[in-house]
Amino acid sequence: MTALTARAPSRFLPVIATFVVFVATFGVGSLRYEGFATGQVVANLFIDNAFLIVLAVGMTFVILTGGIDLSVGSVVALSTMIAAAALRAGWPAWLVVPAVLATGSALGLLMGVVIHRFQVQPFIVTLAGMFLARGLCFVISVESVSIKDPTFRALATGTLELPGGVTITHTVVIALVAVAVAAYVLHLTRFGRTVYAVGGSESSARLMGLRTGRVKVGVYVISGFCSALAGLLFSLYMLSGYGLHAVGMELDAIAAVVVGGSLLSGGVGFVVGSVAGVLVLGTIQTLISFQGTLSSWWTKIVIGVLLLAFIVLQRLIVRRS
Amino acid sequence: MTEPVVDIRGISVEFPGVKALQEVDFRLFPGEVHALMGENGAGKSTLIKALTGVHRPVAGEVLLGGERVAFAGPAQAQDAGISTVYQEVALCANLTVAENILLGREPRRFGAINGRAMRARAAELLARIGLRVDPRSTLASHPIAIRQLVAIARAVAIDARVLVLDEPTSSLDADEVAELFRIVRVLRDEGVAVLFVSHFLDQVYEIADRMTVLRNGRVVGEWTTAELGRLELVQAMLGRELGVLDELEHRPDKGRAGEPLLVAEQLGRKGAIAPFDLTIRRGEVVGLAGLLGSGRTELARLLYGADKADTGRVLVDGEPLKLRGPRAAIEAGIAFSSEDRKGEGLVADLSVRDNLILAMQAARGWARPVPRKQADELVAKYLKMLDIRPADPDALAGNLSGGNQQKLLLARWLVTRPRLLVLDEPTRGIDVGAKAQIQKLVAELAADGMAVLFISAELEEVVRVSDRVVVLRDRRVVAELSGVDLGVDDVVELIAATPGAEPEKVAS
Ligand SMILES: Nc1ncnc2c1ncn2[C@@H]1O[C@H](COP(=O)(O)OP(=O)(O)OP(=O)(O)O)[C@@H](O)[C@H]1O
Ligand SMILES: [Mg+2]
Repeated sequence: MTALTARAPSRFLPVIATFVVFVATFGVGSLRYEGFATGQVVANLFIDNAFLIVLAVGMTFVILTGGIDLSVGSVVALSTMIAAAALRAGWPAWLVVPAVLATGSALGLLMGVVIHRFQVQPFIVTLAGMFLARGLCFVISVESVSIKDPTFRALATGTLELPGGVTITHTVVIALVAVAVAAYVLHLTRFGRTVYAVGGSESSARLMGLRTGRVKVGVYVISGFCSALAGLLFSLYMLSGYGLHAVGMELDAIAAVVVGGSLLSGGVGFVVGSVAGVLVLGTIQTLISFQGTLSSWWTKIVIGVLLLAFIVLQRLIVRRS
Repeated sequence: MTEPVVDIRGISVEFPGVKALQEVDFRLFPGEVHALMGENGAGKSTLIKALTGVHRPVAGEVLLGGERVAFAGPAQAQDAGISTVYQEVALCANLTVAENILLGREPRRFGAINGRAMRARAAELLARIGLRVDPRSTLASHPIAIRQLVAIARAVAIDARVLVLDEPTSSLDADEVAELFRIVRVLRDEGVAVLFVSHFLDQVYEIADRMTVLRNGRVVGEWTTAELGRLELVQAMLGRELGVLDELEHRPDKGRAGEPLLVAEQLGRKGAIAPFDLTIRRGEVVGLAGLLGSGRTELARLLYGADKADTGRVLVDGEPLKLRGPRAAIEAGIAFSSEDRKGEGLVADLSVRDNLILAMQAARGWARPVPRKQADELVAKYLKMLDIRPADPDALAGNLSGGNQQKLLLARWLVTRPRLLVLDEPTRGIDVGAKAQIQKLVAELAADGMAVLFISAELEEVVRVSDRVVVLRDRRVVAELSGVDLGVDDVVELIAATPGAEPEKVAS
């Protein structure tokens, strides 16, 4: 019988490629612009994108099962709105945070149950969820509501000093904790491995006796929770709640996940890849703002080109193996 | 007699438009190997899936250890001690071999999966069934046969009361089958009840104690293996006698072939197959024989352009052909029916009709649509020719029984009227009657001038249909046998010969 050896690295290739792209874009920036290659610029990448990292983490779970969640941007907006409105109404911060997280998770649960029970396309269900959440924002208020709560303000303005004089915000810490927890769940728990199995082949996973239903619903709960958490981070970033916050952010999150090497068909990808994806998108944005004269639309164009490049890269890898 | 562990009483399963099982009774005793026999589409897999909770019966009951059960899904059946290898090899190709074996029951430490312990346990289980593969390799990098063995390793990993094996041996070689049977016997002697499905009668007679025969969703009867001879068994399965095979033995034109159609000169690919020469003539059936991993499929994929050769060239009709990919091969009239019907063959969500038309359309090019009437006629013709059941052009391909899917795959290629048809395991999972039909069909196609490259793990079959047999060993061509009374023994000898011998030409 043949002894066949592992060809593991091809699995990691897309993630490695993403990191290479990140380092390369960063390298271009540091060559061209004075003061680009500083620790603080890197830290700012995390500060400005903390919410997107959390969002991408949740999206990674969903995409790994072969699903998609279009509602995340709207849930971010709804979360900022609920937080701002509740704080304005005099709720204490320790009550607002769990309430927002519970709302996001409940929305995710609802969508997950519909997708699983009635076997509806995730695309359709989460599209409906997207309209629903966006609409609910305006039920609360059509205006932007600013956040004046001292706890929130303290959290938002407070910074942590890292060695080397680099400062980061608390939001960065929260985002990184989310990443670490997600990586743990995906790789070291049965739930996480079942996520990959469902993405690989749902019918096989079911025949293998795995709890596929729990996982298929669970990933939308996780994504809803992450959206709510990202919404909280976003409300710290903006210090306001508004129904027009985070318009189109679901697409940024999906782009980050895909650039990070996950396959939209499911079963392949890593959370760290998605983080790298966010960093790549963030670096491009930073580059363009350093340039100054370029319009921010260039960000979108570059992201579009990158997305295409990555999808082609993945095709090539898939075809070769 | 002891009480049965599984007692199925009067079960009926229906799909839209199909009564797959009607009032089926089935008993399985501890410490026995019970074969479930029947033609393609008889309802064997459906019965198994009704037992494990995949399908919900509309009538009847299932007793497990004397208690009534109604599983909501495979997970519950597994928890109740029923371990199953499904016909469609239900594994996840994106995960590693170790994970596929232990998914859902990974060893854990402090709640976290212990990767090292998992790999060690997987290695142990693989060793138990005599399979040497790296537990860390992804499943996708392995051929179907290895996957089938991995699925078996998964099923025997748990202490089950009932072990269900739905055509576990369809891609395995004799050695692996022997290994599997050794394990099955050990489990049986420990008191496990084993349900075994196979279309290989030799295997059934070797391992089974009793058998139940299904036909068209109904039970024909239950016998002990000793009671029922082969002929009676086949008769019970088919409801008629089998005469096609004898005809084939006396193919008058065997060994008579026309002009060379395809010539491969020193074609090879590193790591897949050493450079080889091969000539396939019009109207000739060339068989490829060799053990699992000897390079059978790899050789075929090079001819089809599915993999790129790094040495040598291919001539078709004496003209060099640049095989940039399958498209170029199809244009040159080369068709390749893959062994991996799920991954590369059929579109499961399309109807039988659409699957056939898709292939036809691809062959004609998009600019020339197939007229509806002509399409209907062709579809009807091939359904009949291959005896695909149900003969309903609108049935979804994914809902056909395993064997009927295989026939449909074959039909898909036949409609393109290729000049060279490469068949990789075309009779995998096909019942005795249909197997004879397909072999006969191959002979007829050859008589019509089509060249056929026939690959099969079953040597008898290769020898029976082929004019010439190319023997592979350790990823190189070691011999070519031809002649009217080519025997299986000659081939076995060559396959088993010590490695390192020089290529030889034998004519008998
Ligand atoms: N999900 C389904 N939907 C509709 N029809 C189905 C479905 N599954 C099976 N059938 C039909 O039920 C019948 C029995 O199929 P089954 O798979 O049990 O056959 P089998 O005895 O296992 O055959 P084989 O030897 O080819 O594997 C067939 O006619 C098949 O087309
Ligand atoms: Mg079957």
